[in-house]
Amino acid sequence: MLKIEKLAGAEMDISERIINNFIDNEIGFVTTVPCKQLSGVIEAVEKHDQIHHVPCNHEAEGMGLCAGAFLGGTRPCIIMQNTALGVTVNSLAALIQYYQMPLPMLISYRGEVGEKVACQVEMAMHTIPILQQMNIPSYHFHKASDIEELSAILNHTFMASKPTAILADASFWSAA
Amino acid sequence: MIRSEVTKSLIPVITDELVICNIGLPSQELFMHDDQPSNFYMLGTMGLCSSIGLGLALTQSAPVLAIDGDGSVLTNLGTLATIANNPADNFTLLIIDNGSYGSTGDQPTYAGKKTSLSKVAKACGCANVVECQGEEAAEEVGKALKGKQMTIIVCKCESGNVTVPNILTHPVSIRDRFITEVKARN
Repeated sequence: MLKIEKLAGAEMDISERIINNFIDNEIGFVTTVPCKQLSGVIEAVEKHDQIHHVPCNHEAEGMGLCAGAFLGGTRPCIIMQNTALGVTVNSLAALIQYYQMPLPMLISYRGEVGEKVACQVEMAMHTIPILQQMNIPSYHFHKASDIEELSAILNHTFMASKPTAILADASFWSAA
Repeated sequence: MIRSEVTKSLIPVITDELVICNIGLPSQELFMHDDQPSNFYMLGTMGLCSSIGLGLALTQSAPVLAIDGDGSVLTNLGTLATIANNPADNFTLLIIDNGSYGSTGDQPTYAGKKTSLSKVAKACGCANVVECQGEEAAEEVGKALKGKQMTIIVCKCESGNVTVPNILTHPVSIRDRFITEVKARN
């Protein structure tokens, strides 16, 4: 019981750090599709009064919402699982990249070492090749200290007006 | 009345409004009839028109009209649940429902068969859903844009297409001139 409470506390800490980086980079609109690893950060997004949180049903829909928010003058972010890259290739290419819109994607990198669900490994093997094929700048968060890069990555995303992928794996979430 | 005629009939009420227009022939028809910097033409990503419209409506205060189609809404049916649960009173979604995939050769959609998109929208929790005929679309859209309540309009019309030009405007130009219009209204 003590261990669970400690983990929950640590998770909230990393979630708060992520949200603080969002606020520092003027992100005001976040859409999310749940993943077990992302539950803490999604909860923190929902609670924060300076972030408009719109849960979506599908990550392609989420990219449409983010495109609209960008057109409306608000910096967006999508929080999703890496499996979703398989269903958002067209939205990334024909909407986000074609119109040169910025979109940081905070992605739970399932299927890496430590994964308990074998099927997740299948999309994990395609994750980096898809991102490379699409010329999407990608960053792998593996150690807890990798969070220190987040603010600069977000700043870089809006400077470049491109989609970027922050792949946060199980080691990152459990060590954080 | 076919979609092109419905679109043309809307011009007096939408020419100065922020419009997100569906991919393919709908955008090409709007471009042909009334090209404006306040029109955002979708050149890709079928299904995301209503999502872009909602994201825009939630992040600024000017009225937003998303002109979508029955086939595209069926592609992204979850959008109606998202719209219902995140209402933006400056948002109007017009679904021009001609019962067919017009841009790809008028193949029938399920909305032209047993599926009622207005009933789906209501079941999703959209509070203000109007179903009308093509001839009534301009009046309903005008009312919705002036009203202070999010409205979903399902406009039934005939399938069929007219010859339209391709949109050659660069996507970044479409984006930039649209953002300028958004800023001018906020």
